[in-house]
Amino acid sequence: MPADPVSGAPPPGDLQLLSLTKRFGEFTAVDDLDLVVPAGSFFALLGPSGCGKTTTLRMVAGLEVPTTGEVRLGEQDITWAKPYKRPVNTVFQSYALFPHLTVYENVAFGLRRQGRKEVTEPVRDMLRLVELESFGARKPAQLSGGQQQRVALARALINQPQVLLLDEPLGALDLKLRRQMQIELKSIQGEVGTTFVHVTHDQEEAMTMADTIAVMHRGVIEQMGSPAELYESPRTTFVANFLGQSNLVPCAINGRDGGDLVIDAQGALVRMPAERAQVHQGKAWLGVRPEKIILGSPGEDLPGNSLGEARIVDVSFVGVSTQYLVRTSWGQELMAFEQNTGARPLMRAGDQVHVRFAGAHAFLLDHDQDARAGVDEDSAA
Amino acid sequence: MIRLGRWVSDHAIMAIGAVVLAYMFVPIVIVVLMSFNRPASRSAYTLDAFTLDNWLHPCEPEGLCSSLVTSMQIGLLATFASTVLGTLMAFALVRHSFRGRAATNVVIFLPMASPEVVMGASLLALFVSVGFGGVLGFWTILVAHIMFCLSFVVVTVRARLQGMDSRLEQAAMDLYATEAQAFWRVTFPLVFPGILSAALLAFALSFDDFIITNFNSGQTTTFPMFVWGAAQRDVPMQINVVGTAMFALAVVAVLSGEMLRRRRERVQ
Amino acid sequence: MTSSAGAPSVAPELAPDGDASSPPRRRRSSAWFLLLPGALWLVAFFLTPMVQLVATSLYDPSGSEETGYAMTWAWGNYVDALDFYLEPFVRGFAYSAIATALCLVIGYPLAYAIAFKAGRWKNLMLVLVIAPFFTSFLVRTLAWKLILSDNGFVVGIAKTLGLIADDGRLLATGFAVVAGLTYNFLPFMVLPLYVSLEKIDHRLIEAAGDLYSSPAQGFRKVTLPLSMPGVVAGTLLTFIPSAGDFINAQLLGDTTTQMIGNVIESRFEVGDYPAAAALSVTLMVLIVAMVAIYIRRAGTEELL
Repeated sequence: MPADPVSGAPPPGDLQLLSLTKRFGEFTAVDDLDLVVPAGSFFALLGPSGCGKTTTLRMVAGLEVPTTGEVRLGEQDITWAKPYKRPVNTVFQSYALFPHLTVYENVAFGLRRQGRKEVTEPVRDMLRLVELESFGARKPAQLSGGQQQRVALARALINQPQVLLLDEPLGALDLKLRRQMQIELKSIQGEVGTTFVHVTHDQEEAMTMADTIAVMHRGVIEQMGSPAELYESPRTTFVANFLGQSNLVPCAINGRDGGDLVIDAQGALVRMPAERAQVHQGKAWLGVRPEKIILGSPGEDLPGNSLGEARIVDVSFVGVSTQYLVRTSWGQELMAFEQNTGARPLMRAGDQVHVRFAGAHAFLLDHDQDARAGVDEDSAA
Repeated sequence: MIRLGRWVSDHAIMAIGAVVLAYMFVPIVIVVLMSFNRPASRSAYTLDAFTLDNWLHPCEPEGLCSSLVTSMQIGLLATFASTVLGTLMAFALVRHSFRGRAATNVVIFLPMASPEVVMGASLLALFVSVGFGGVLGFWTILVAHIMFCLSFVVVTVRARLQGMDSRLEQAAMDLYATEAQAFWRVTFPLVFPGILSAALLAFALSFDDFIITNFNSGQTTTFPMFVWGAAQRDVPMQINVVGTAMFALAVVAVLSGEMLRRRRERVQ
Repeated sequence: MTSSAGAPSVAPELAPDGDASSPPRRRRSSAWFLLLPGALWLVAFFLTPMVQLVATSLYDPSGSEETGYAMTWAWGNYVDALDFYLEPFVRGFAYSAIATALCLVIGYPLAYAIAFKAGRWKNLMLVLVIAPFFTSFLVRTLAWKLILSDNGFVVGIAKTLGLIADDGRLLATGFAVVAGLTYNFLPFMVLPLYVSLEKIDHRLIEAAGDLYSSPAQGFRKVTLPLSMPGVVAGTLLTFIPSAGDFINAQLLGDTTTQMIGNVIESRFEVGDYPAAAALSVTLMVLIVAMVAIYIRRAGTEELL
């Protein structure tokens, strides 16, 4: 049995998932997953519903038994340990607070089960941490959503787990409260230093909070890295579309020129750094984020690659920026976001523009992948 | 004028509801009145004069109180057995997956969809065919009562269990509760109200059953059977005392439960 | 301990109680431990008796309790039973159908009022619906006997209003039996109706009003269809017990108002088991068939 997670715990180790697989009958929810979550990090598992992220989380919590593979925590193999024998606690989706117990008893639950006699002090400290000191005598039903969320967090954190699992912890909150809780969660994590593994389908939430994000799709991890890394250099069409938006232009690689690749994008010759490409020959998808597209007046001389002339078909003014939809000469529609700095006048639908982008901001993806993968998934905007 | 019409249509349905409720209480009023009645003659079942005799001497009619005791005994035993068996079945049905679940559900549903007369008759047919015809009595009644209470217990507890979030148990186990602790600290307290109402329902069904009991009772007399026997001859007023007392007890129990609940809510 | 699922590692810290390094046993058998006692009880004392009832219905009708019964596959019992007792059969079903319809007509407004109009009186009204039924079924039915008696106030009023003849009576008539059935099974109608009305999102009714439905149309097109599960459950819960009832017909009726329950009861009483069993099986088959057709027609299979 793992050492008492409250007192005399072994130094927290990395959470390691080794070839973890979970099948439900014919359906493979998690497929040969390898993952290392460094101790003390804020880690996000991001993916659309049904991608296997919650199943992965439940296997770490011990609520689901893997079909094959291993779950290790530092030096310990906890693959088959019962949930109550792991130094791992969970903040459940919609919280699963015990409705018949007070807030105080909910928070004290884990300590009591571990045989701790004196719980008053730690419970009070924990309630203070989540700013619910005066709510100890209430029942969960008498709290607001945000307060319930904080009780769920306190109830798990009080056990000083080596890993805290958060299963869509903010999903039930409204947008404003969610933003506020994101910041709070992040600061609490910094304070307690526990490894947080956060499962979510909300890319913005993952990017706001996590140090490292693993994007999951169909039971496998598509890409893992820091939020900026994932956003700037997606390696698959799914990641390109699921995290933010991407324009993917079908293209062919002509060859190499020094450190650059020369690419034929629908007749326009463009250059980009070779290290930003997943493929180096044949057909590919040229990816450019909408805010990286520069719309110039025809004839205006701007640096970077040209994709030729295009016509604006739709303009959405959204305050901080304006979103343009342009139709290129080969008939594809591209998204372009422009900051409303006031430096340039707004353009109107029907205007002719010149489409440009900097090669250092583009990425090149495998042409065999579906260009629409991840587009209509349920990532919350 | 429009406002009046609106008021009438808003309250008409409530008025009809109140009338229907009042109708449901007409026989209760009669039962209460009759419990204080001194009939003109032994065979006359009519309201006549006021008396407290029936309340002071409830056991006067021969066999009434012993039949009540029998009903209580059978009711308590049948409630206990059917609540235990039915609760276990409900847990199996909600918390486990196994083959034969659909068939089990049908077997549980059927007793509730069968006319009592058929169930009573079939049990009698069974008892007679295995040579128990001569030993009909307390135990055969008990067997029958457990049988027909069982389905109602399963359905009641199952509904409560289905309404319970199974993640609560997982949360308990995540918070270092063993399976047994998770059950007794979380599952059981949350399902208990369902078990309690199932037990009350079982007791009410058992205590009030006449049709099935009648087939399988032999020489044993339960309270409904006593009333039935009395109805064929002359009805002692004391049965109304029992009816009134049961009604009062039930209402007091329900109201105090409700009051307790309200007070607990207010305290928090 | 070795794992059977391809995870052969044994972590020294976790090995001692063997929990962490081997997959937990799948205790599917525990479901059977929970299920078996109750299931066996139902098999032994519900299903087996039903089989025995069918067998009994095919016994030699000339048997008796003293001489015993011989299995002679006497299908004629059914012919004879229906031949002799067709009238109480039809009467019983007719009374039950009328009582069920009456329960629906008077129960629906009550359930509707509790679900939508009672506000803070909701719980109290629910208690009041159930409360009368804590008084014994038989005691209540005897009270109806008094209410409908020849010199009671109901008969008096009916005579004054000219609803019945001066020498007419209510007790010992079909009217009294149907009245008794209606009264006794009313809560079985009201409660399921209430449950399904309660579930209706009140905004749907408002939406109907917003979309130009009159209150009556809103009720007919929205409320009523959505409460159908309650209507189906309520009518079944009312019809089934009343179709097998013999208490109301015995206490409130006379020999001309006998229902099939009375016949079954009296046949068993006199030891004519084969005939009684044949009648019981027929009643059961008819009810099961009607329930099946009814549920299918109403499209509420999930009721089961």
